Amino acid sequence: MSDFTNGFWNGFIIVLTLLGVIGCGVLLYTQSVHKVLKDHKGPVGTTGHIWDEDLTELNTPMPRWWMWLFYITIVFSLGYLFLYPGLGSYAGTLGWASSGQYKQELAKADADYGPLFAKYQSQDLKAVAADPQAHAIGERLFLTYCAQCHGSDARGNKGFPNLTDKDWLYGGSPDVIKTTIMHGRNGVMPPMGAALGSDKDIENVAHYVLSLSGGTADPIKTVFGKAKFSACMACHTAAGTGNQALGAPNLTDKVWLYGGSAETVMETIRKGRNNTMPAFADFLGEGKVHVLAAYVWGLSNPVEVAKK
Amino acid sequence: MNAPQVIKMYAAREEIYPREIKGRYASLRWVCVWLTQLAFYGLPWLSWNGRQAVLFDLASRKFYLFGLVLWPQDFIYLAVLLVMCAWLLFLVTAVAGRVWCGFACPQTVYTEIFLWIERKIEGRRSARIALDRQPPSLKKFSRKSAKHLAWGAVALWTGFSFVGYFTPIRMLGTEALTFSFGPWEWFWVLFYSFATYGNAGWMREQVCKYMCPYARFQSAMFDRDSLIVTYDAKRGEPRNPRSEGGCIDCSMCVQVCPTGIDIRKGLQYECIGCAACIDACNSVMDKVAQPRGLIRYSTDRAMAEGLGARDIQRRALRPRVLIYTGLLGAVALAFIAALWLRTPLKMDVIRDRGSMGREVEDGKIENVYRLQIMNTTEAPHTYRIRASGIPSLNVASDAEVTLAPTETRAVPLRLRTEHGKAQKGSNTIEITLEALDDSAIAVHEKAVFIVPR
Ligand code: SF4
Ligand code: SF4
Repeated sequence: MSDFTNGFWNGFIIVLTLLGVIGCGVLLYTQSVHKVLKDHKGPVGTTGHIWDEDLTELNTPMPRWWMWLFYITIVFSLGYLFLYPGLGSYAGTLGWASSGQYKQELAKADADYGPLFAKYQSQDLKAVAADPQAHAIGERLFLTYCAQCHGSDARGNKGFPNLTDKDWLYGGSPDVIKTTIMHGRNGVMPPMGAALGSDKDIENVAHYVLSLSGGTADPIKTVFGKAKFSACMACHTAAGTGNQALGAPNLTDKVWLYGGSAETVMETIRKGRNNTMPAFADFLGEGKVHVLAAYVWGLSNPVEVAKK
Repeated sequence: MNAPQVIKMYAAREEIYPREIKGRYASLRWVCVWLTQLAFYGLPWLSWNGRQAVLFDLASRKFYLFGLVLWPQDFIYLAVLLVMCAWLLFLVTAVAGRVWCGFACPQTVYTEIFLWIERKIEGRRSARIALDRQPPSLKKFSRKSAKHLAWGAVALWTGFSFVGYFTPIRMLGTEALTFSFGPWEWFWVLFYSFATYGNAGWMREQVCKYMCPYARFQSAMFDRDSLIVTYDAKRGEPRNPRSEGGCIDCSMCVQVCPTGIDIRKGLQYECIGCAACIDACNSVMDKVAQPRGLIRYSTDRAMAEGLGARDIQRRALRPRVLIYTGLLGAVALAFIAALWLRTPLKMDVIRDRGSMGREVEDGKIENVYRLQIMNTTEAPHTYRIRASGIPSLNVASDAEVTLAPTETRAVPLRLRTEHGKAQKGSNTIEITLEALDDSAIAVHEKAVFIVPR
């Protein structure tokens, strides 16, 4: 993005800056000596300035090296403005930029820690999960990148799955977890309101769904709902056990992504749900994702993680 | 019209050749030189707990001072320490003028060392003046080179010691022997060496006269009862080579002055209060068998009103001095108490923002926090996490956490309470972290527990 709305302001600032710097030099040169008339009043050793009738200014000359420091500063500033950005939008002959600095540091960090992640990447995920150092790294990565949605304790929030239980939308094997983190997921439950019919039908289906996991459900509504459940079977299977290939949740357990009350389930059925797990492959790189996947898998398989 | 006359606003520096002087105050200065330099050069070599006793580790942001490890969060101690130094300087200046400048300031101390080297190589004052007037010769060249080499050596050692406060000095030593410094080490060692060499070898009194900020504002701390180095004009004038008890105009006091001034012209801002002129004049008075003290420590008021030593002492205890002393004492006590009572453990409580509080099995309410825990000791500790403030509040996640020496870690924490025990909305609770092996190491933090409506 350009810093200036048009070229005039850029030029204006360049001219102003250069005139300022050069003006300092001219001022210094012209003021380093001072002419006074031979017969000026006042005691010797004054600059000849007199204020308020009798206030005179003593001439205690500054050391000359001081003046030279001023000149050197001026030369330095011109050199600096030539080499580095500072004159309007002129980038400087060295082409330095703070973003380049950031990239350099990033590259250095990658070079420093790259071998470590490469080492883990060549190991089996379960082996990585058992490594205490990898566990510590994974925990930090998790707290930095994942905790915003899944919570610091990884137990999730409404709409964000709990990662510490054995229930998985897409499968809980180490490799599937890694795929999930690498490429993200798009969980879509289409709105079924129109397909099911009236509000009454939706309520009936909701009660049937609740009954699958032994929740409190109205037996009559459950019976009616069961008949309508066929619309859901394509994804959730006839038994309601879900399908991890599609990310369709198992409806027969007590784990609810959005809540297990009749109202919430009805809302889910009527309006559908859209859920996105972002892809981290480009952002974190496979090395970090590998360690992270091992850590997340370890969360629900804690016995297998070596105690620190 | 007269022809105009040109005044220069900038002038070349005139070389000052301070004459060597022996005496009470010169000895005192040497004591200061030894004490400060033994401390400065020696401290980085001391060991403590298997590491350098005094190390300001900027990279990992930890300051080690013997048994004490200070973290960035302890910055307040540094600030208070600086405040105390400032007050001490106010107090000392109000009482005794520029004694810091004349005896303990690094600029003075290093100039003293460099002057000593200069005298050893180029000879005394007259020899040095003669040498500088000589046309270039091999002898002159070799003397001058030897001096600058010696100065350079001291300067390099000083720069090396300085960097040794920020990087383990033994490691630095090995690196120096193999010339394997990193770019920053090169920069700082050379920078500090160059500053020492330039300031103590070339700039000298100019630093005090033109560059030192402290010299600029200390006139605000002076008053008529502050001790100053002063010439007793009543006794000294008129000057006369044969005067008895007065000034014999030998100009010794001018020759020894490191800032090149004549103290007999009265109090001048250039005077750094080094008392070299006192030593000089006293030795002259001894020679002419007259009482010492023609130049002496006295106060402006004592000189004007002819007060004696007892009056000077009595006037030293004026309100300004008493207030400085009182404040300094109070802050020093508070500082020591705070350091003493400091808990070597820190904790920040951060509530998870994603959830407001959730319902888990059996209708219990759960909140999630992240504890940022810092073990600031050099030993590992296991801490117990507790929470209070609501009935039945308990820790549902791991209640014990172990941190390695000087480790910082983020620990997820789940707190749980039974339904209906807390009011809906936010409840104030307290989270406590306590070391299992030492109950004195404990911190308490207020937090908020939210019960969904
Ligand atoms: S006048 Fe005396 S006390 Fe002041 S700087 Fe010179 S020698 Fe030192
Ligand atoms: S040293 Fe003492 S006697 Fe000699 S000129 Fe200075 S004040 Fe006078």
